[in-house]
Amino acid sequence: MAIQFAGRREIKESKGDRLFAGVIYAILIVVVLAVLYPLIYILSSSISSPAAVTSGKVWLWPVDISFEGFRVLFNRAEIMTGYLNSIFYTAAGTFISVILTIMIAYPLSRSSFFGRNLFMMIITFTMIFSGGLIPTYMVVKDLHLIDTRWALLIPNAIWVWQVIIARSFFQSSIPAELMEASEIDGCSDIRFIRSVVLPLSKPIIAVLVLMYAVGQWNAYFDALIYLRSADLFPLQLVLRSIIIQNNSSGTMDAMAMVEKQQLAELLKYALIVVATLPVLVIYPFVQRYFVQGMLVGSVKG
Amino acid sequence: MYLLAIPPMLFFFIFKYYPMLNAVLAFKDYNVIKGIWGSPWVGFKHFELFFDNPLFWTLVKNTLLLSGYLILVGFPIPIILALMISELRGKKFKKFVQMVTFAPYFISTVVMVSIIMLFLAPRLGFVNVALNYFGLESVNFLGDPGMFRSIYVWSDIWQTAGYSAVIYLAALAGVDPTLYEAAKVDGASRFQKIWHVDLPGIVPTIVIILILNVGNVMAIGFEKVYLLQNPLNQVNSEIIATYVYRIGLLNANYSFATAVGLFNSVINLVLLLTVNGLAKRLTKNSIW
Repeated sequence: MAIQFAGRREIKESKGDRLFAGVIYAILIVVVLAVLYPLIYILSSSISSPAAVTSGKVWLWPVDISFEGFRVLFNRAEIMTGYLNSIFYTAAGTFISVILTIMIAYPLSRSSFFGRNLFMMIITFTMIFSGGLIPTYMVVKDLHLIDTRWALLIPNAIWVWQVIIARSFFQSSIPAELMEASEIDGCSDIRFIRSVVLPLSKPIIAVLVLMYAVGQWNAYFDALIYLRSADLFPLQLVLRSIIIQNNSSGTMDAMAMVEKQQLAELLKYALIVVATLPVLVIYPFVQRYFVQGMLVGSVKG
Repeated sequence: MYLLAIPPMLFFFIFKYYPMLNAVLAFKDYNVIKGIWGSPWVGFKHFELFFDNPLFWTLVKNTLLLSGYLILVGFPIPIILALMISELRGKKFKKFVQMVTFAPYFISTVVMVSIIMLFLAPRLGFVNVALNYFGLESVNFLGDPGMFRSIYVWSDIWQTAGYSAVIYLAALAGVDPTLYEAAKVDGASRFQKIWHVDLPGIVPTIVIILILNVGNVMAIGFEKVYLLQNPLNQVNSEIIATYVYRIGLLNANYSFATAVGLFNSVINLVLLLTVNGLAKRLTKNSIW
């Protein structure tokens, strides 16, 4: 019946409507190409030969496939250090952030929590007003966190938006009756959270982990203002110094000038691929969690 | 349960509220030895210095023009994108379009700016190679102050339009299906359906996103502007946020930079409240 109905409607669609639909398809195809092309171009360039990249021979597909860029890249100490640092910051930072977010979001989702509206207001107010860059810097400095790994893990550990999302999830999917029942059975709060709340909250934990992990992996600003020693720098900061400030340090002095320049150019493409691929590769598999997370937030927001 | 909430609340007080107290620095002359609280009060001296500064109007103008441009172009595009995606009939293609347009959201600011710089490089950049191929002159995009805002805004759209569209798509999914049936019975064309059913259905979402956007006018991202900046385009690319960083952290002029930052935060708060109030009165939608 439904199929028949759909079929009838197709026939009834007027000429103008079909034209309109055609235009929309055409526009969206152009949009998709415009989004994909730069990404493919960069990927192709990164595995082409240095000479092909600099002479503008690469248009869409790789030319003279070579992994020269990646080979050089992984032999440079500062890049490897940056990579390892970023992995550490992402893992540790995500862990801290998710734990803290749940610790505040869960109590705030319980109607028995005294003063929860006040706390919620205190938290959301920080979203629309802040002391500013320098006063925050002073706090971090007074706590002696400048130039330590903690500076990237703690000062921005909780995002208000994540608290809101997590709170509305807990509110809508953990019934108060469950909590009352467990209280009667003499179950402590902590035990209730461990054995009831967390197992029921896998989707929201996935959202929190992903959002924080991507944010931490991509961050550079905190590192820029709080870190001084190069051996603590995350990958993004190393990237900035090599690509944006164009500091290709003297590791390649022995090579001929031209070749060196070509390689430096290739290196930039390879670096972009290396820094972005981990995130983009897992993205198609986790996309639904992201969308889910945004939807939970927008219902409430 | 209360114990649980203590560490996160401490976090908010230490890293969000304590800095607000520290902002009194703006009314003092910071002295490293005496610390924030021991430094002498100077009233509005730093604010006056900032208002009298010849850079003042340039900074305000650059900040407003950049974020105004971003809202003007960047705000409607995700709505249009969402409306178009929701018109698609094929489920697979619909998913594919959504996935592709969403993807650039995951690219970091540093990588985004790197991509911009590689593509727009004066000699070897892809765009200039293409221009030369068609017999056109090369353009030094990043060295031209007039280009700065367009580069910023359009790259931002490339990166975030798909992400922003998701919210509108969710709102569209929530539109009452009986309205579509009624429109069909009345013989509405696809365009009429979009205009009379889809759009009114997502107006509340549109208003809220607009309020949030305007509330960010003065807080426009430091990260990307700072990375795209160079001495050649600085006339147009120096905004309040980058100025605070330069003066405060690079030149260690703490009190003055705090004053500038505070000025920025206050204006921002006032703007947000104003727009929210207006929206409440005009459309009965507001963020609280």
